[in-house]
Amino acid sequence: MGIDVDIIFKIAGVGLVVAFLHTILDQVGKKEYAQWVTLFGFIYILFMVASVVEDLFQKIKSVFLFQ
Amino acid sequence: MAIEIIKIVAIALVATFLALIVKEQKPNLAFLLIVFVGCSIFLFLADKIYEIILMLEKIAVNANVNTVYLETILKIIGIAYIAEFASQITKDAGQGSLASKIELSGKILILAMAIPILTVIIETIIQMLPS
Repeated sequence: MGIDVDIIFKIAGVGLVVAFLHTILDQVGKKEYAQWVTLFGFIYILFMVASVVEDLFQKIKSVFLFQ
Repeated sequence: MAIEIIKIVAIALVATFLALIVKEQKPNLAFLLIVFVGCSIFLFLADKIYEIILMLEKIAVNANVNTVYLETILKIIGIAYIAEFASQITKDAGQGSLASKIELSGKILILAMAIPILTVIIETIIQMLPS
């Protein structure tokens, strides 16, 4: 099983884009929109990472705990 | 096998670099990135670990060792790995006290799991003692 290098770059890219949008929206004066953009970016990444963490725990269970 | 370590090191270095960049803007996203890379490196290694465990099991069956003991030891290794993983992540996020609680619970659970083995050892030693 290979490592998905794409997702690493995706996470970093989303982080940079969200930070950029946050700065732009802040300077335009839409502070609440900036907060929403940050929140959605965070949730998107959290979803991806959570699925991988679940995968990891399943793997540990099947390898070490014989279930 | 030699190519794979180069692969893992390359991925880890790239991820460290990206995390350094993202950390200036959004520290929480950098943290998630590190969690992701840690998980995927372990998933990469899991198949190898499975082969090692199969070999250990075969040796234990050949040596007529009770497989319950080997199973317990493997479960202990699994608990230790999960606890270590979680405590490192929590420590990276700056919650040292929570990390030490995770380590403590890992130790307690390992000790509870090792009770049958410990009982057998103590009984054997008591039998060896001249009465």
